[in-house]
Amino acid sequence: MDGNIAILGYGLSAIGPGIGVGLIFAAYINGAARQPEARGMLQQIAILGFALTEALAIFGLALAFVFR
Amino acid sequence: MSFGLPASAEGGFEAPSAADFWQPLVGDGAFAITRASIVLLLSAAVISVVLLRVTRRLAVVPSRGQYLTEAVYGMVRNSVARDIIGSRDFLRYVPLLFTLFVLILANNLLGVVPPVQYPTMSRIGFPIALTLVVFALYHVVGIRKHGLVGYFKSFVPKGLPWVIVAFIYPLELITYFFTRPVTLALRLFGNMFAGHILLLLFILGGEYLVFEAGGLMTVAGALAFVMGFVLTLFEMLVEFLQAYVFVLLAAFYIAGALADEH
Repeated sequence: MDGNIAILGYGLSAIGPGIGVGLIFAAYINGAARQPEARGMLQQIAILGFALTEALAIFGLALAFVFR
Repeated sequence: MSFGLPASAEGGFEAPSAADFWQPLVGDGAFAITRASIVLLLSAAVISVVLLRVTRRLAVVPSRGQYLTEAVYGMVRNSVARDIIGSRDFLRYVPLLFTLFVLILANNLLGVVPPVQYPTMSRIGFPIALTLVVFALYHVVGIRKHGLVGYFKSFVPKGLPWVIVAFIYPLELITYFFTRPVTLALRLFGNMFAGHILLLLFILGGEYLVFEAGGLMTVAGALAFVMGFVLTLFEMLVEFLQAYVFVLLAAFYIAGALADEH
């Protein structure tokens, strides 16, 4: 079995954003459940937070291919 | 195999890699006409034809095409530009944001439309070009609004003690000039690239398992095809979401450059 250790780095870098994205959408669901009228506004904030959090995993992916 | 994808060279399955995305059609090197540039031109043609045809015959009772176009335009105008930039001066930026959204959406969706099936943004050059437009724009907008010195001062809130400013200012400088453009380009690129490579893996892997491995592996190959189908649907969601996120962040950065002193 062969491969590249850089891919492990991607796996590690995906842990944090994975937890972060989970927390963001948990908060979004909580907020939408408590106040359904605020759903549209919350959705935008949730997607923005999701995009910013995800950036770390994307860095990891890019670097995994840079250092292969 | 169409388009010469190196699916199964002799002696086993070869996993798809970044090299599969480099597909020059005419020429080679930096100025080659690649499959990605053809897809970009195609998407531009499709967008122009659709928008011209729809907006030529506007009616009070909209046709289906007009209704759809107005829905997309309304989403970018109201829920992105107006809500984020603010109702005072959002209208100037709507054309750019709408163009970005439609262009990215069309290019992303062409990544799963059968005869094309190549996401333009999986080549890093295209997201970088789009990001440069946004990057230049929000700095120009900010400098016009605050003046050159005022713009650089507006990175940190007024009235902070200088000790804190000394710590925060370099971070803000890195954010404005490095993190924002790099993440904006990399996010779009990374999502399209990773999504497409996943589709390649499941579909080419499934093909290998069904046609070459044989035996019990045929069942696994069939499952891989099912997974490829599910992931195609997921990709369509991601493609829409990434176009939306790109425009959302562009509007967010413009709004940040325009913001008044707190």
